[in-house]
Amino acid sequence: MATDHTHGHDGHDDHHDHGPPPFFTRWFMSTNHKDIGTLYLLFSLAMLFVGGSMAMVIRAELFQPGLQFVDPHFFNQMTTMHALVMIFGAVMPGFVGFANWMLPLMVGAPDMALPRLNNMSFWVLFMAFVLLLSTLLVGAPAGGWTMYAPLSIQGGLGIDMMIFAVHMMGISSILGAINVIVTCLNMRAPGMTLMKMPMFVWTWLITSFLLIAVMPVLAGAVTMLLTDRNFGTAFFDPAGGGDPVMFQHIFWFFGHPEVYIMILPAFGIISHIIPTFARKPLFGYDSMVFATAGIAFLSFVVWAHHMFTVGMPLSGELFFMYSTMLIAIPTGVKIFNWVATMWRGSMTFETPMLFAVSVVVLFTIGGLSGLMLAIVPADFQYHDTYFVVAHFHYVLFSGAVMAMMGGAYFWLPKWTGHMYNERLGKVHFWLTAIFFNVTFFPQHFLGLAGMPRRIPDYSTQFTEFNQWSSLGAFGLGISQLLFVYIVFACIRGGKQATAEVWENPEGLEWTVPSPAPHHTFETPPRIS
Amino acid sequence: MKILHASTTVERTRALLGSVAAAVSAMLLPAVANAEYGLNLQEPATPIAREIMTLHNGIMIACFVIFILVFSVMFYSMWAHRKSRGYEPAQFSHSTKLEILWTLIPTLILVGFAYPSTGTLIAMEDTTESELTVKVTAYQWKWHYEYMDGSGVGFYSTLSTPSSQILDKEEQGENYLLEVDNHMVIPAQTKVRLLITSADVLHAWWIPKFGVKKDAIPGFINEAWINVDGPGIYRGQCVELCGKDHGYMPIVAEVKSKQDFADWLSQQKAALDSANGDTKVASN
Repeated sequence: MATDHTHGHDGHDDHHDHGPPPFFTRWFMSTNHKDIGTLYLLFSLAMLFVGGSMAMVIRAELFQPGLQFVDPHFFNQMTTMHALVMIFGAVMPGFVGFANWMLPLMVGAPDMALPRLNNMSFWVLFMAFVLLLSTLLVGAPAGGWTMYAPLSIQGGLGIDMMIFAVHMMGISSILGAINVIVTCLNMRAPGMTLMKMPMFVWTWLITSFLLIAVMPVLAGAVTMLLTDRNFGTAFFDPAGGGDPVMFQHIFWFFGHPEVYIMILPAFGIISHIIPTFARKPLFGYDSMVFATAGIAFLSFVVWAHHMFTVGMPLSGELFFMYSTMLIAIPTGVKIFNWVATMWRGSMTFETPMLFAVSVVVLFTIGGLSGLMLAIVPADFQYHDTYFVVAHFHYVLFSGAVMAMMGGAYFWLPKWTGHMYNERLGKVHFWLTAIFFNVTFFPQHFLGLAGMPRRIPDYSTQFTEFNQWSSLGAFGLGISQLLFVYIVFACIRGGKQATAEVWENPEGLEWTVPSPAPHHTFETPPRIS
Repeated sequence: MKILHASTTVERTRALLGSVAAAVSAMLLPAVANAEYGLNLQEPATPIAREIMTLHNGIMIACFVIFILVFSVMFYSMWAHRKSRGYEPAQFSHSTKLEILWTLIPTLILVGFAYPSTGTLIAMEDTTESELTVKVTAYQWKWHYEYMDGSGVGFYSTLSTPSSQILDKEEQGENYLLEVDNHMVIPAQTKVRLLITSADVLHAWWIPKFGVKKDAIPGFINEAWINVDGPGIYRGQCVELCGKDHGYMPIVAEVKSKQDFADWLSQQKAALDSANGDTKVASN
C-alpha cells in the first residue's frame, strides 16, 4: 500500500506527536483530512444560513400579494443567489466535508491521497464564495441560477463575477473529486476489495466520476457566456448565428448529473444509518452499488427533461421521457432495499435514524413527483411552476440536506468525542420535518393551480397556500438555529462517547477512539 | 418468501394498509375532484388539456398507491420490529427473488404510464390542418399577437393592473396581475395554430386551461395548437424568467364563437384600413 509512503513525505505532518499544530497552521495550512473536513462542514453550515436568509427574504415577499419588502429585481437576485449558495455552497461542500472526514476512516487510510490538493480545494472554494457573495455589493446576478442566455447576457458586472466564481467552484470540485477517486482506488486497507467498500465510499466514488465529467462542461458553458458578454462572440445570440437553446442543452448536460452529485452521497449516508439502528446488515449491498452506478449512467442521457417546452422534435421528447422514466427503476431498488433493511430488524429511533427514515419517505415524494414531471404532456402543465419548486425541494432539502443532518448526528460523537443532546436532537428533527412539509407541500397545489415560479407577486387565488408556505419557511429557518446550538454544544462538551458510539455499528470508523485522534490508521488495518 | 413469512404479519399488514389507504384516499379525492380550492390542475378547456388532466390524475393516483403500499410496509415494520418490543433482529441481507420482483413490477408500471403519454404527446405535436394562425411575439415585458391571414391585424397586449394595487396602496382586484389591455381573440371550436417567438430574451406562453406551454425563443419559431371548447376568457402568465417584470406579463385569451370572431376580425381589418397602415390598433 502507498500509505506509509504518502505519510513519510508529507511535510509538516511528518512529526509523530499526533497532536494538532497551532491554530493558524492547523486551520489555514491544514493538510489533515479531519481538519479540512471540519472546515468544509462549518463552511457548509454557514452557507446554509446565508442561503437560508435569502429564502426568508423570498418567503417574506411572497407572504401576500402585492409588493411589500423588495423590488422585483432584488427578488430575482435573491432567488438566483439562494440557489447558487445552497447548491454550490451548502450541499456540495457539505458532502465534501463528510467525504474528507469519513472516507479515510472508512477505508482505513491515514489521510486523503493528496492532502495539499485537499487544502487547495477548500480555499479555492472559499475564495469563490468571497467573489460570489460580493456580487451583492455590485448587483447580484438576477437571471436564475440556470444563467439562461440571452437573459444572462443582459446583466451587469455581477454576472461576470458569478462566472469566475463558478469557474473556481468547478476547479475546487474537480480537485476534490480527483482526491476521492485516488483515495478510494489506492488507499483502501489490505483486504478491502471494491465490493467490500462501505456504501458511502461507493456513492462518493461514483459521484466523483460525475463531477469530473460534468464540471468542465459547466465551465465551458459559462466561458462561452463570458465571451458572448465581453468579447463579441455570438455562441448564444441568434443575431450572430448563435443558438440560445444550445446553452440550455450544455447547461443541463452538466445540470442533471449535478442533481445526482447532490443526492448520491446522501443515499450513502442513509445506507449507513439505517443498518446501524435496525441492527441488521444493509439489504442488497450489490444491487445498491449497481443501482447507484445505474443512476449515474442514466443521469447523462436525461438532461433535456429540464427543457421539454423549448420546442424539441417529437422524437427527442419521447427519448428523454422514456430515459427519464427509467431512472425510477434503480431509484426504486434503493428505496425497497432500505425498507427491506428495516424489515425484521430491531429498531431504535435515535435522531440519526429519525432523519434517515424521513429522508426515505420524503425523498420518495420528490421522486414520485419527479416521475410525474417526466411525463411530457403533463410536464407542459408542471414546467416552471411551483410544482417543480416543491419537487426539487423534496429531493434537495428532505433528501440531501436532511441526510446530511442525520449524518452529522450520526458521526458527531466520533468527530467530537461527545454525545450530542439526544432530546434536543429529536426536537430539532421534528421541527425540521414538520416545518419542511408545511413549507413545501402546499407548493405542489400552487403549481398545479398555475402559479409560475420566480415571480415576486401573484394573483390573489394563490394567497392562502403562499401564507402557509411562508410561515413554514420561517419556522424551518428558525429551527436550524437549534441545530447550530446542538452542534456547538456537542463540540464543547457532553457525555463521553465510546469508540463504537452506537450498538455494534459496522465499519472501520468505529474501531478508532472517539474523538478520532488527529492521525488514524498510520498502520493500515487488515480486513478479513 | 423469507421476508413475509408469518401469516399473522401479513394479515396485520393488510389491515393496516387498508385503513391507511382509506384515510389517504379521503384526503386525495377532494384534491382530484374539487378544482375550486386550487388543489389540482385548472378545469381543462381543450381536448388536449382534458387528456393531460386524465394522464395527470391517473399517474398521481398511481403514485399515491405506490407510496402507500411501500410505506405501510415500512411503518408497520417500524411499529413491529422495534428493540423496545424485544424484537430480535433477523440477519438476512438479500433475496434474489424479491430483487427481481421489485425491478420488474416498476418496469411494467412505467410502461403503463408511457403508453398513453406517448399518444397524447403525438397529438399535441401535430399542428397540421389548422384553420387560423396567430403569431405570438414576446417582449420584455409584453406580448404581441398578429393574425397571419394576410390582413396585418396585430396588437400589443400589456398588463393593465394599476400600479397602486401592485404597490399595495389599493386592494387587489379580482383578476389581479392576470388582466391585460388587449386580449388575444380567437374562435372557439377551431384549430388555431400558434407561432411563438421572442424579440429579446426567453419567455414562455402558457394558459393552463388550454394545456399549452411553449417557450418563446429569439431566433426560433415554436409551434403549438389549441382548439378551445367554447367562448370565455382564459388567463395565463409568462413562465420563463425574463427579467425584472417577469411576473407582470400575463396572457389573456378571449374566445368568441366562430361568427363573433369573424365579425371581430373584419372590424379590426376595417379599423386598420381606415387608420392607413397603422398596425397597432387597440381593440376590445
